[in-house]
This record gives sequence, C-alpha cells and structure tokens, in this order.
Amino acid sequence: MTSKVNYDEQQLQNLSTKVGKKMLEVQDLHVTFKTYGGEVHAVRGVTFDLYEGETLAIVGESGCGKSVTSNAIMGLIPQPPGKISNGRIFFKGKDLTKLNKNALRKVQGVDISMIFQDPMTALNPTLTVGEQLTDGLRTHKSISKIEANKKAIEILNLVGIPNPEERLKQYPHQFSGGMRQRIVIAIALICEPLLLIADEPTTALDVTIQAQILELFEEIQEKTGVSIILITHDLGVVAKIADRIAVMYAGKIIEIGMKREIFYNPTHPYTKGLLNSVPRLDLLEEELEPIEGTPPDLFAPPKGCAFAARCPFAMEVCDYVQPETTYLTTSHYTDCWLQDERAKGLFSE
Amino acid sequence: MVKYIIQRFLMMIVTILIIATLTFFLMHAIPGSPLDSDRTTNPAIQENLEKFYKLDQPLSSQYVSYLKSIITFDFGPSIKKPNETVNSLISRGFPISFELGMVTILVAVISGVILGTLAALRHNGVVDYLAMTFAVVGISLPNFILATLVIKVFAGELGWFPAATWQSPMHMVLPTLALATGPMAIIARLTRASMLEVLTQDYIKMAKAKGLKPWKIIIRYALRNAMMPVVTIMGTMLASILTGTFVIEKIFAIPGMGKYFVESINNRDYPVIMGTTVFYSTFLVVMLFLVDIVYGILDPRIKLHKKEGDAS
Repeated sequence: MTSKVNYDEQQLQNLSTKVGKKMLEVQDLHVTFKTYGGEVHAVRGVTFDLYEGETLAIVGESGCGKSVTSNAIMGLIPQPPGKISNGRIFFKGKDLTKLNKNALRKVQGVDISMIFQDPMTALNPTLTVGEQLTDGLRTHKSISKIEANKKAIEILNLVGIPNPEERLKQYPHQFSGGMRQRIVIAIALICEPLLLIADEPTTALDVTIQAQILELFEEIQEKTGVSIILITHDLGVVAKIADRIAVMYAGKIIEIGMKREIFYNPTHPYTKGLLNSVPRLDLLEEELEPIEGTPPDLFAPPKGCAFAARCPFAMEVCDYVQPETTYLTTSHYTDCWLQDERAKGLFSE
Repeated sequence: MVKYIIQRFLMMIVTILIIATLTFFLMHAIPGSPLDSDRTTNPAIQENLEKFYKLDQPLSSQYVSYLKSIITFDFGPSIKKPNETVNSLISRGFPISFELGMVTILVAVISGVILGTLAALRHNGVVDYLAMTFAVVGISLPNFILATLVIKVFAGELGWFPAATWQSPMHMVLPTLALATGPMAIIARLTRASMLEVLTQDYIKMAKAKGLKPWKIIIRYALRNAMMPVVTIMGTMLASILTGTFVIEKIFAIPGMGKYFVESINNRDYPVIMGTTVFYSTFLVVMLFLVDIVYGILDPRIKLHKKEGDAS
C-alpha cells in the first residue's frame, strides 16, 4: 500500500462514472442560535457539494456543527431560536433556504429524508410500525391504504425485516434496537428519496449490529442509487462506507477529500490529530495521542483559525487571519495556513 | 385480557366490601341515632320504630342484614323521609348528578387539553402566560367561591343565565362553569408540561422530517403521547368532581344526589348513608377500571395482562 500518492485524477474519474450530477450544493452556510447567554454561532460558513449516488461523511467532535448542518439541509432548525443567517442550500437547483414551509414539506420526506441517531426514541411508541411507515407516503403521494401497505412490506423486505406482513401491525416496543433502526431506515426510504441524511445512525447500536446496519446502507445505495450524507464521529464507520470525507471543526469544514486522501494524506493538523486518536490493530505498542485542549467557545468564535489554540504547528498568522482554502488536488482541499506557499518548508516532518 | 378483567372485578368487589364495612361501623360509631329528635316521643312508639328499622338488634346482625341489602341492592326505606326508599332517592337524584358530573368532566378535559396544548405550542409566548395565569387562578379558587362569584356576575349583574335550579341547558352553564374550572386548570397545566416534554422527543422531529402536516404531527404524534398523565389523573379527578357536586348542588339548588347524601349524614339516616356510599363507591371503582382500560388503549406498551415475552 503506497501512501502519499495523489489518486485525484483517477478517483475523480471513478467518482464521475459512479456518480452523476451535482445534486446538493451548500454555499457558505451560517447558522446561529439565540440563547440567554448570547448568540451561538454553530455553523460558520460551510461549503460543500454532493453528487448523485455518493456517500459523503461529515466527521468531527461533539458540538462542531455537523448535526446543525444536516438539520439545516432538512429544514429542521427550530426558528426561533435558530436562524440560517447566511448562505444557500441548493437542492436540484432550488434554494431550500428560500422555500416557504409548504414547499419545504414537499421536499422533506420525499426527496430528502433523515435517519436519526437513537432508534429507541425515534419511533412513536403509540403508533404501529405500519402506520408510521405509511403516513409519510400517504401525505405526499395520493395512494390507497392497500397500495401503501404493499409498498411498506416491500421496503421492510429491503431493509431485512423478516415477516413484514406480521410486523407491520406491531408496535415499536416489540422490536429490538437493531430492528428498530432498520425500521427508521425503512421510513426514511419509503418515499424513494434522492438524498438520505444519516445523523450518527450507528452510535446507539451494539458493535455487531453496527456492522449490519452499515452493510445495509451499502446495499441500499447499490439498489436505489441514493446519495448519503453520513454524520458521525466514528472514523471506523467512515472508513467502511464513505466515498468522500469532510472534517468539521468549530462550525467549519477544515478539510475535505476522497476517503483515501483523508486517511493516507491528511494535511490539516486537526485531521491528523483525529486519525492519531483512533486505536489501531496494527500498531499495538503505540499509545493513543489525544488532541490536547478543548474546542473554542462558539459564543465568541476566534478571529483566526479556530484550531490555532490547540494546534502544535500554530504560527502567528493563525491567531489573527482565517486561513484560505488551499486546493491540494481537484478533490482534496483544506483550510490551513501550513498549506500556504509561504509556509512550505517551515516545518519539515 | 379476560383474565385481567376477572381479576379486576374480584378486586373491585373486595374494595367495595371494605368501603361498605368501614362506612357501616363509622356510621354507628357516631353518637346519636336516626330516631333522636328535639321532641320527646312516647317510649312505646320509639321502641316500635326501633323494631321496625331493626335498630334494636345487635350490631352484628344489623351488619349481616346490611350486607344482604348490598347484594340485593335494596337498602329499604329512608328513616327520615317517609314514603321514600333509598333506591327511589338514588334513581331520582343520580341522573341529575351524573349529568352535571359528566358535562363538567367533558368541559374540563376538552378545554383543559386545548388550553394546555396551545400553551405548549406557544411556549413562553403571550398565550402561554395567559393560559398559565388562568390555570393558577383556577386551581387556587375553591369551587364554592367561584360558584357565588359566577352567580353574582353572570346571573345577578349581567343576567345571562339563571342563577339556580335544574331545568334547561341554560341552567347547566353556571354550575358547570363553577365545577369545571378547577379540574380544567389542572388538566391544562398537566397537558402543557407533558406536551412540552413530548415535543422535544425524537419521534416528533422524525415526523417533521417526514414532511407531515403540522396539525397531524400535533394530534397523532404529540397529543396522544402527552395524554398519558392526563388519563392517569382522570380517575381521581372523577372522584373529586363527583364529590364536588355536593357543594355545588347545594349552592345552585340542584336536586341531585349530593343533597340527600349530606342530609342523610346530618340526620343519621342510616339506610340512605349506606345506600349512597355504596352506590358512589361502586360507580367510582368502575370508572377507575375504565380509565385503566383507556390507558392500555392509548399506550400499547402498557399491558393489561401478563407478559407474552416480547422483545425488550
């Protein structure tokens, strides 16, 4: 295995054969929340694209704004106290931030759907699984109850639930955790969405079930061609199913690239720190390296690079000026002063 | 389910038996007798009367014949009201009390739930503050104070509704208002608190993510789950409303059962006390049983029978 090799041309080609057009474009997204303590700047200028049929993983530690980003795409930011203060979200050419509530509802659950973290709380305990599966379908498509049930059975088969006819009449508490997550996924898939946002879909599950659910994602993508945005802090999950990875820190994407580029050629010190803090089977002797310090307070975001205070390579410029985006390859770019031409050679590893 | 109902039924019988026994002995522990009066009666007449009402027998045999009367549901004649039996008092008074109680419950639940839901949806807004202020006032004011107040304002000053008696739907408005405000306020507060909690649940977020219509989310997803605590207090609330009617009936001169109940205690009218108590407790126990059944229908996780061995 050779690292430090740029696969960009090859990979971009693969990407364009596997995937088609750009389907989602997030441009300079800013989300703020008003609280008693002041205004929290949770997302501070996130920009990324998503292509048809690809899986993009957004990774980062708690509170870095990854869930807020996905909620913003889904139109689930509670307003007030939340607010999309700047930026645009284009989905198939339509700007979602400009749509009114009714128009947004026609996108939610139909073209874009979402999978939640905890399957134990994501299902309504008082409705049968069948009712919860079909009510979205029946809201958006004029379809009879029998048709809807047929579709529900079909989708339960797809997500691997045995005896779907029987199971439809049961309540969530009659299912195990892994089965519930399959139902949550089935609910997200039933309207045949183009984009699936999975917010930590495996965090609440046992490790053995995690693997099953991840395989299910791959299988579904193969069968339906749905694009997936996977929000996670688990790099193991990312390594398994992502095509591309975006690393978020303090409300910004600080590095984005193909999976190989991020794993084998990380450039941002934070990305490197994240990778070093993952236990590895092949390096038994090596101790895990934690990233020292804590993320900055987003009530008052720092003027310069948000990671500067924790960065072992921080320079003076990092404290005062936001780093610009450096394009390392056509698919791999990062926001770090170290990648600036003028900083090259300062640190030789 | 059938097993559960049989179990509950047996327990209901035991409960009623205990209430009946307690009532019987407490009643006889009160000094005085139904035949005491200000005027002195001829000792021979007194003796005959005691014999007629079996008051001369020892307490134990009185208790036995009392138990018999419960089983046959025939409590015999009233001691103080000649030409009246306990059953005739109940069959005349209870429909009126029941009507008042049920209308009150209905008004309290419907308006309480709507008020609480609105308050939760407009959390920390003007509607919320108004509703909760109203609720605090409603809980703090005893219904007999409210009763005199509504009579003064709506019957006296404004003259919109009749002040007393029980003849037409218009006559029902003021007593219902006086009786329902307290329970409504409690239900409103409870609904609001429980609704606020339910609205933060993931399944509400998921329903929104499905693009369901807002009213559908509130009714199908939020309200049904938020109703659990409300159903829980319904049982005891029924009790308090039905006992509350005694005072309200007195104030509004409604010929319900409350009047006979209170009078019977003052008069030591043994058969009436026993008859009304047993009747009321039976009614309440049955109502509580119905509440439990509703509970099971609302939340499928609550099983009315033994476990079947389902997952989790």
